[in-house]
Amino acid sequence: MDIAVPINYYLILSAVLFAIGAIGVVTRRNAIVIYMSIEVMLNAVNLTFIAFARQLGDMGGHVFTFMIMAVAAAEAAVGLAIIIALFRNKRSVDVDEVNLLKG
Amino acid sequence: MFYLFGFGAVFGAVATVTSRKPVMSALFLIVNMLCLAALYAQLEAHLIAVLQVVVYAGAIVVLALFVIMLLNLQEKQGLVRRHKIALQIIGGVIVAIIVTSLAGSVDPSAIPISAEGMEEFGTVAGVAKVLFTRYILPFEIASVLLLAAIVGAVILSRSKV
Repeated sequence: MDIAVPINYYLILSAVLFAIGAIGVVTRRNAIVIYMSIEVMLNAVNLTFIAFARQLGDMGGHVFTFMIMAVAAAEAAVGLAIIIALFRNKRSVDVDEVNLLKG
Repeated sequence: MFYLFGFGAVFGAVATVTSRKPVMSALFLIVNMLCLAALYAQLEAHLIAVLQVVVYAGAIVVLALFVIMLLNLQEKQGLVRRHKIALQIIGGVIVAIIVTSLAGSVDPSAIPISAEGMEEFGTVAGVAKVLFTRYILPFEIASVLLLAAIVGAVILSRSKV
């Protein structure tokens, strides 16, 4: 185990992962891939929490990561149910074709 | 070790975002999550590392794979104009530069590692002790959230929506 890795490296890695996820959310049109990009972003935030928890010696970060995992699980259930309902109505999961709320 | 898993995680994330087929995206997402689990283990968050593998790589990605196979999706191509995508990517890169420079400006010597001497840091017992004393209210709220999610998913997946 390399204890010597400073917290910066973890924070930069987390920021890079978050940006990759954000680019995925704005550039892809497939709703499932967008959903997976959101998962990448959530994981990046988790990494920041864990890194700071270790640096500060506070296990609140672990608890918060736990909560994010619960939210991600809820999001998986509801989000994928929405995607299935969308596919049933539109025969596609392309987010550009969904404009029900457009005025 | 950090570089190995760090590059693995970045590679997994890039491949997730750029893959043409959603199934490949989901498989690369597993790579990303396993690398992150290894990083959590190196940060002495043993419980979270195990949960990452079980909950994310296990449950959530498998659920996404089920949906992908259920819907049998075909990716359409060439609908978004080139310059639009270029604009979005440039915006994303700018965000990346800002966030990484923010992260890089943290001075690690200013906050010394204070988790080193702690006995049960990151173990099941340690996390449980904190979770069921100081953070008991968020824990209970999470149970309500999961219940609401179950009800919502059942309602959404009925035949008439």
